[in-house]
Amino acid sequence: MDAFEYAKPSSLKEALGLLGSDWDDASVFAGGTDLISLLKDDVVDTKRLVNIKGIAGLNRVHESAEGVHIGAAVTVEELFSNRMIREQFPAIIDAAEGIRSPQLHNMSTVGGWLCQRPRCWYYRNGFGLLALDKDGQSLVTQGDNRYHAIFGNSGPAKFISPSSFGPVLIALGGEMRIEGPKGARDVAAADFFVIPQKQGEREHALAPNEIVTEITIPAASRGMRNALYEVRPKEGLDWPLTTAAVALRMRGDTVERARIVLGHVAPKPWPAEDAAKWLVGKTINEENAAKAGDAAVQGATPLSRNGYKVQLARVSVKRALLAAVGERRV
Amino acid sequence: MSPHEDKPRPDGTEKPDEKREKNAQEKKLRDLSRRSFIKGAGIASVAASAGALLADRVLEAAPRPQSGGMAGGVVGPGEVPITLKINGQIRKLNLEPRVMLLDALRNHLDLTGAKKVCDRATCGACTVHLDGRAVYSCTTLAIDAQGHDITTIEGLEPKEGLHPMSQAFWNNDAQQCGFCTPGFVMACTAYVEHEPNPTYEGLQKSLGGNLCRCGTYMGIREAVLEAAKTMKTKGGRA
Repeated sequence: MDAFEYAKPSSLKEALGLLGSDWDDASVFAGGTDLISLLKDDVVDTKRLVNIKGIAGLNRVHESAEGVHIGAAVTVEELFSNRMIREQFPAIIDAAEGIRSPQLHNMSTVGGWLCQRPRCWYYRNGFGLLALDKDGQSLVTQGDNRYHAIFGNSGPAKFISPSSFGPVLIALGGEMRIEGPKGARDVAAADFFVIPQKQGEREHALAPNEIVTEITIPAASRGMRNALYEVRPKEGLDWPLTTAAVALRMRGDTVERARIVLGHVAPKPWPAEDAAKWLVGKTINEENAAKAGDAAVQGATPLSRNGYKVQLARVSVKRALLAAVGERRV
Repeated sequence: MSPHEDKPRPDGTEKPDEKREKNAQEKKLRDLSRRSFIKGAGIASVAASAGALLADRVLEAAPRPQSGGMAGGVVGPGEVPITLKINGQIRKLNLEPRVMLLDALRNHLDLTGAKKVCDRATCGACTVHLDGRAVYSCTTLAIDAQGHDITTIEGLEPKEGLHPMSQAFWNNDAQQCGFCTPGFVMACTAYVEHEPNPTYEGLQKSLGGNLCRCGTYMGIREAVLEAAKTMKTKGGRA
């Protein structure tokens, strides 16, 4: 890790002025648990860290007529212990609970939870996000791909989106506010995550001189039954093998509208639209939840060593649906 | 003699009289600790290569702008004055912004209770408290820890005896090699201070931020349940 400059601005304007036009010029810093590790491994280089935790307004959760607003510098622990979030959005609590480390809860911020870089071991060991060899062939397809993508992997990107909050936010119809030198723009969470197609592209819609400042869950999502189910490799801290986030608008026992988003199966959170459409007009029971799981994994394209994730994704959908209507199981 | 004889006694009693004098002599020898011996040896070898090192330093340092007074509140990459409040004491240091709290504690302040193991926010051996909450000091910048109350394992332990959590670890055989233990004690103490009535099931979900390669998790969970009871009656922090 090379030496870097450091700044802790108190205003957004100041912070934006400290970022550069290249990724290496400066890095947005908040919790730091992912960024510092990447810097230590020389996977990321930076000339300057811009600490956004001192910017007023970035560390609060509040409600308005538009919905629930979560500042990017709110910690996972603050979100986890927020009563309103607990009551309305159990899927967020499920996702936070999946991060089994209280240390990460206390340090990590919501912005970083969404913007953390992929865990792909080729990427983390310096072979690049797309992990291509000198002939342009994928190291992932040739090598050990047991934790890689089973959807959206026809292009060069085979890694999986690491955030467990991403699928939840998309299922809840969330938006992200991005501030840059030209002002603010609101991006649907579903459009924030992208699959890079060539070297140098990233897995999100940010430019190097932009900052995620706020996440909004629209008022329209209030009252939707929601849950996240994740299949974990172990009891302690680790990233999930597969996740499924669901949000259901119910009329009595019948599904009026559904959103199902798979996580950790593709280079971005992966909406299962056909499965969600199929559920409309149905009740959520063991049989229908299982059928929705079957529909959600239609068209999966597993690699040589990750076929097992198809079954895990299928089960994740089933259990998330049952959890959303109150049948929680460990 | 049982191998446990060297451990502090849980009841606080002293060893029998006939051993006292021998102990005092041993203590004198121990005062020249392994750590201070290593440090002394280190100085000798550094002196031998100091010329080469100094030359490197000068070359490296020259193009780097020094801190202080730069536009936009930007400091570094050279050393900047940093003030940390550790275990109730104000400590002033000059550190580069890239220096982690863990390295500041271990390398600059001689507080070696927090351990460097994974160094990547995963294993928990470096756990300290920031304003009473457990954090990984390996990925906390020292410069960013300013203005917070930092507690290390050295600050947790009372002058005499053991903190109830350390005592409970002792009682429940919650360590084997012991290298992860300071981090575990810090994580578990912070947990019990925020959750005074822990359940075994709750612990399974809530203490996943530390790793023990010896696999003493069963003992650690028992220790946390026991310590929660003692901390309630005796008060949390010593």
